[in-house]
Amino acid sequence: MEKKWEAMSPDEKQEAQFQKLLTPKDPQGNDVKFQSPGAEAAYKASVTRIKDAVQLKRIPDRVPLTLLPSMFPFLNAGMTVQEAMYDYDKCAAAFRKFILEFKPDMHIGAAQAGPGKFYEILDYKLYKWPGHGVAPQHSYQCLEDEYMKAEEYDLLITDPSFYFTNFYLPRVFGALGGFTMLPPLTGILEIYGVAFNFIPYALPPVQNTFKALFEAGAEALKWATAMGMLNGELTSLGFPNILGGFTKAPFDTIGDTLRGTKGIIMDMYRQPAKLLKALEAITPIMINMGLGAAQHTGNPLIFMPLHKGADGFLSDEQFKKFYWPTFKAVLIGLIEGGCTPFPALEGHWGSRLKVIQDIPRGKTMWMVDQTDMVEAKETLGSNACLIGNVSSSMLKLGTPEDVKNYVKKLIDTAGKGGGFIMGNGAFFDEAKPENIRAMVDFTKEYGVYK
Amino acid sequence: MSGELVKFLSDLKEHEALQFVESALSEGVDPGTLLEDARQGMNIVGKRFAEEEYFIPDLIFSGEILKGIVKMLEPHLKKTKEHKPMGKVVIGTVAGDIHDIGKDLVVFMLDVSGFDVLDLGIDVPAQKFVGAIKDSGSKVVGLSGFLTLAFDSMKETIDAIKQAGLRNDVKIMIGGGQIDEQVRGYTGADAYGRDAMAAVNLAKGWIGG
Ligand code: B12
Repeated sequence: MEKKWEAMSPDEKQEAQFQKLLTPKDPQGNDVKFQSPGAEAAYKASVTRIKDAVQLKRIPDRVPLTLLPSMFPFLNAGMTVQEAMYDYDKCAAAFRKFILEFKPDMHIGAAQAGPGKFYEILDYKLYKWPGHGVAPQHSYQCLEDEYMKAEEYDLLITDPSFYFTNFYLPRVFGALGGFTMLPPLTGILEIYGVAFNFIPYALPPVQNTFKALFEAGAEALKWATAMGMLNGELTSLGFPNILGGFTKAPFDTIGDTLRGTKGIIMDMYRQPAKLLKALEAITPIMINMGLGAAQHTGNPLIFMPLHKGADGFLSDEQFKKFYWPTFKAVLIGLIEGGCTPFPALEGHWGSRLKVIQDIPRGKTMWMVDQTDMVEAKETLGSNACLIGNVSSSMLKLGTPEDVKNYVKKLIDTAGKGGGFIMGNGAFFDEAKPENIRAMVDFTKEYGVYK
Repeated sequence: MSGELVKFLSDLKEHEALQFVESALSEGVDPGTLLEDARQGMNIVGKRFAEEEYFIPDLIFSGEILKGIVKMLEPHLKKTKEHKPMGKVVIGTVAGDIHDIGKDLVVFMLDVSGFDVLDLGIDVPAQKFVGAIKDSGSKVVGLSGFLTLAFDSMKETIDAIKQAGLRNDVKIMIGGGQIDEQVRGYTGADAYGRDAMAAVNLAKGWIGG
């Protein structure tokens, strides 16, 4: 702690962040009490393995292993997704069982189920979830729509926060209608007229919205407490949660839940200049989202699920014009802030590898879904750590033998020379436990570097 | 009659295409001819997509331009049943899954390739597929699914088609997000298609002559 954070280079910041991960603290800021010396050793060995894989400076002692499930831990524990979303203790218990059973080197927590009651309180309209339009045993699903209208770019560009509170949020949360009546906070400047700004808070729709927010906040805290306790316990048992937060590529931010797939595609043709301006306007916001989360959690790995840059979604030219520049800016912004971006190449990304490999070396780790792993290793893999890519179909439909053969192939190719973490390619709901077992056992045995 | 509309549409010139239709209509050009030109334009779009010159955005955008053209032509067109030369295809996203972007692209490509497509929508129960096959006499069925839960829904749908005694009358193709050859084996479908063009080629191979 001799050198000031601001004065550190990205290398030094990354090193400091990993040292912090190696010496975990409890919420009170004290050193975590490990449940046994073995747990402490396992924790440190795992973090060191991941650090080595990410930094590309040393070959780890063996190929690190991760499991990044969607709803699998809950379904595998014999409960429905609905139960996991509404009973936080049950959710945590199922996840704990999952981690203790398979003992991965890193996990990203049990937050994927999310608090069902919270969504109810706010009348969340962006998703259907179990009991609300989807069967109890199924995962929630997104309802794509143009929640931001084609003609609203100027509003978004001028004042993204105001746009979110007064336009976007009331559309995706039924209970936040009162937000449409709020004036911008940036009008609160001096004594003259200051009180006018607060009149809306006297109006019943606004008050109802705030009541819903208080209730939702309490529910969110209840859920987060259960998740936090789970993480703390898993850490003390020797299993690091490496997730520090989440952000997105700006093109996905707008294309996923604001304009929707079709909406953003129309904008590329009908109003490209506005779209580009909006992408630039939200880039620093996306960077700060990651940096802020990392500061809050004390954990530098920032997950970025990548969607609309996949093969086929855009032409090469469109990718280079609309997707890559602001995505790259977010990566660089995070790296300069001491974070380790953790993007997921969802679907196929073969045609993008040569473009996205142009990033600082040893500062990122990428989850690979259906992209060919050998190609990925030769390109992106020369600058970055790769995770993957045992497929959902193999985990659910294959045999342990199939899995073993594939895992062996991965270790022999992608694992060569380090810079690789064994993992699944897509966030899985269903799988044969014996297939996961095969993946875990074989990696730990065959993945030892000699 | 005019290659211009064909070109405007296939080159994705929305403004020019719509303006052309507007002035052609006011000059008394037969709306049926304009519709035929638009269809030709869409055909070229489909070809360019197949040749990987066009991508998903181009397909979706051309669909929007076409919508605009049809909207202008509609009041002038006599209601006649379109002739679709290539045969019927029943398609839908299987039970439990509500995703439609991929399925819609498949529907679109089949449609511009001349198939008569019966789109059952999303979250389609197995029995609805069975009913639609019976009612339409369609020989090709497309099942779309995005999530792993779709593996089982697809299998159940194909089992229901078997139980209804229709399995030998239809060819079944599956596709979407996490679907691959291994899933095809599990579900008992006849083929897996990686993208919308694969769906067209499969259907052509089976019923397109
Ligand atoms: C965009 C996206 C989202 C968007 C919105 C998607 C939407 N409308 O719901 C958002 C951000 C909201 C999202 C949310 C989530 N997602 Co998502 N998402 C994607 C992504 C990147 C692209 C999907 C897409 O739109 N594809 C575009 C269309 C055009 O492709 P397609 O459907 O595959 O169709 C093509 C072909 O498959 C084929 N085809 C399709 N149907 C048929 C039929 C036949 C007969 C044939 C022959 C061919 C064919 O032709 C089409 C055109 O070429 C995929 C990863 C990927 N690249 O596939 C993940 C993915 C589907 N998501 C996933 C997950 C886990 C989620 C979340 C659960 C994450 C979370 N924990 O919150 C949520 C909720 C689930 C949901 N989707 O509602 C997983 C699903 C894994 C699983 N468990 O099954 C995926 C696979 C990502 C991953 N690698 O893990 N997602």
